Amino acid sequence: MILLSNSFREPMLEMYKFETNQLLEQLEQLIINSEKSNCYSQEAINEIFRIMHTIKGSSAMMLFNGISTLAHSIEDLFFYLRESKPENVDYIKLSDLVLSCTDFIKEELSKIERGIEPDGNPDESVNIIKAYLSELKGDGGSNAIHENIGEKNQKDADKKQKYFITHSLSDNSEKTPYKAVIYFEEGCEMENIRAFSVMHSLKNFVQDIKSEPEDIIENEESTQFIRENGFKMQFYSDRAYEEIENLLNETLFLKKLELEVVDKTDEANTNKKKPVIDLESDRPNMAEAIRPEKEKEKEQSNKSLLQNFISVNVNKLDKLMDLVGELVISEAMVTSNPDLKGLNLENFNKAASQLKKITGELQDIVMSIRMVPLSATFHKMNRVVRDMCKKLDKDVELEILGEATEVDKNIIENISDPLMHLIRNALDHGIETREERIKKGKSHKGKITLEARNEGGEVIIIVKDDGRGLNREKILQKALDHGLIQDTGREISDREIFSMIFLPGFSTKENVTEFSGRGVGMDVVSNNIEKIGGVVNVDSIVGEGTTMTIRIPLTLAIIDGMNIRVSNSTYTIPITSIKESFRVKEDELITDPDGNEMIMVRGDCYPIVRIHKLFNIKDSVSNINEGITIMVESEMNTVCLFADELLGEQQVVVKALPQYIKKVNGIAGCTLLGEGTISLILDIAALVKIK
Amino acid sequence: MAELLEEMELVGEDSQKDKFLTFSLGKEFYGVEIRHVMEIIGIQPITEVPELPHYIKGIINLRGKIIPVMDVRLRFRKEPHEYNDRTCIIVIDVRDISIGLIVDAVSDVLDISSQDIVPPPEVNANNNNKYIKGIGKVGSDVKLLLDCEKLINDEDAQSLFNMQ
Repeated sequence: MILLSNSFREPMLEMYKFETNQLLEQLEQLIINSEKSNCYSQEAINEIFRIMHTIKGSSAMMLFNGISTLAHSIEDLFFYLRESKPENVDYIKLSDLVLSCTDFIKEELSKIERGIEPDGNPDESVNIIKAYLSELKGDGGSNAIHENIGEKNQKDADKKQKYFITHSLSDNSEKTPYKAVIYFEEGCEMENIRAFSVMHSLKNFVQDIKSEPEDIIENEESTQFIRENGFKMQFYSDRAYEEIENLLNETLFLKKLELEVVDKTDEANTNKKKPVIDLESDRPNMAEAIRPEKEKEKEQSNKSLLQNFISVNVNKLDKLMDLVGELVISEAMVTSNPDLKGLNLENFNKAASQLKKITGELQDIVMSIRMVPLSATFHKMNRVVRDMCKKLDKDVELEILGEATEVDKNIIENISDPLMHLIRNALDHGIETREERIKKGKSHKGKITLEARNEGGEVIIIVKDDGRGLNREKILQKALDHGLIQDTGREISDREIFSMIFLPGFSTKENVTEFSGRGVGMDVVSNNIEKIGGVVNVDSIVGEGTTMTIRIPLTLAIIDGMNIRVSNSTYTIPITSIKESFRVKEDELITDPDGNEMIMVRGDCYPIVRIHKLFNIKDSVSNINEGITIMVESEMNTVCLFADELLGEQQVVVKALPQYIKKVNGIAGCTLLGEGTISLILDIAALVKIK
Repeated sequence: MAELLEEMELVGEDSQKDKFLTFSLGKEFYGVEIRHVMEIIGIQPITEVPELPHYIKGIINLRGKIIPVMDVRLRFRKEPHEYNDRTCIIVIDVRDISIGLIVDAVSDVLDISSQDIVPPPEVNANNNNKYIKGIGKVGSDVKLLLDCEKLINDEDAQSLFNMQ
């Protein structure tokens, strides 16, 4: 067998990985949903069949035989389910089986990602599937053997498929035969590979592709032939002429395309003379033919969608993001240049506002490039919950809210592990056993809620369970025993105690289980989240459950900010959190015995936080009626901030404080103002809690 | 200053060995290994950041990059000194952390070979010694060679930062 060279594989590999990963995720979702409803609907079976078929095909083409073989055996299994509609199927076993296979494929994919040859042996899984299939069929021996033979033939067929990407002869009577000749631009090089990818892109829409030259990949001379005579193809398709034409026109370096409909009888003759090798056994063919038209269309739209993707190095995006940030700053530097003060510049202002509009749009686009919805990450948790429920014999439902919330790609990468740990923890430690729950008068089914939402420049992710809650005393005792804290005799707040579960080496669970209890998980959680500048808070009520709240600031975001001045320092408040600003008269000020200041606005009393007191700034306005009071809100908490004056609204690029400084309470980050000076961005969420 | 910078850029990895940038704090002369030094800039407007130890004066904008600055005088518990036009910020980079060191004045880049460096005397009473890696002899002068890592990654600095 001739191995296709790596240079040929490279560009397709990215697409293969992307596509297969997506399909696997889809598959997992399908299985888990089906399992929940305790039956596999016809659509689900069709869909799983289709996914496996695609994975099989593309893996075979990439020469990943292990994956392809395994996918093939699952495909067989679902083919049987679809066609014979057997009753009394053990769906739980089926789900386990398929999930274990997806795990295998995932493992192989990760090998590919790391640049290692995927060398896992699927035989064991294949045999289990076969055994299961024959069990389903009810007549073990002969069928299994038959199956094996079929398998062998198909394996051979798969091998051949690498050379000829064609689907078998199907019923072509209703399809139109086409003939196409493609001429590539001179000097575009690698004509044979380009021709091959043209055939590949056609394979989902047409049948029985024959090409001239035939052995485009392995025959060196084919390149020369294509260069001179063009690349000729004959195929059948039920697609309209225009559709095929459009498809072929997408070919890179296309110089000329000749596409024509061939006379049918003529075609039939050539067909007889040159029989096409039947590449796949009958069953998948039937599948092809039976597959509802709608699904095909859907697939096509998927396909064209995929072809519009390019993978870009994230570093480039980061750089782009930085540059746009600098652009915004320099735009402000130009348009609010002190030299322009007092001048009446009508044309300049027009041009400036145009520039502003464009940079604004550019920003939005760049931001949106990096934003990814959390749904994929969230849905992965379904699998975690399912597997653990099985092992721990608990009955838990995972509720997912706000999965459409979009966050920066960096955050997605860092949030997956912590979430998994939190969910495992909630399931293992939090949710009680069925009996215990019933005894406590709770529903026997536990519930874990996974929620995400945007709030004032932050993403909040909540993992909530309705389990037994955290035991304050037990945690405290454990922390003391392990010497994680010193007994100072002072009162420790619940939150402080609960946050101890994030300390390394902490676990209240007496027994270490497969999933948790070693006390490693939770400090991984807090570490990972700190890495992206977030914080985790724990709230818990004994007997009612635990809520973990992860707050992640959107680093490197561009926000609308209000700049305020306190003495010589400038601070920025995110516009989203400002409710109003006003001047307070001295006699409106209420001071309690502890010296805390408050103000009554429209019947509600709000605390006043003087920024100069909070941050210890000298030489600032201290007379309440000389400065300005800004009412800010976060998470239903409202406070009034007191500053010297408002400087104006500006779009600012949020930069993190230098790593060395780590986190300062009340400061979310910093930004550069027009003149190059630094303004600190106030962390309103933290400020409302200081009060 | 310009020549000094040029000279620094010219010296490659190999030739950076045994080279120290020296600066003055009051009467004493200190040296930092040249491989840590990124650049030297004049004193700049510093943005104060609340809740930091007193010797971290705040942050500065170094061509779009925001870095903290440390007043080395205050770090060594010396009397603060009014900044003037000789005051410099030496930007050093230690394990990917960039930080500016505010010093009274920058003097020279010197070659101090390892045989001219002696360990600091063990005087427990003197707390400052822990930031000194060695003492370099240059002619009749003595330069205190700083341990940059200890200077910025000190335990008491850590505990201060963790206090929230």
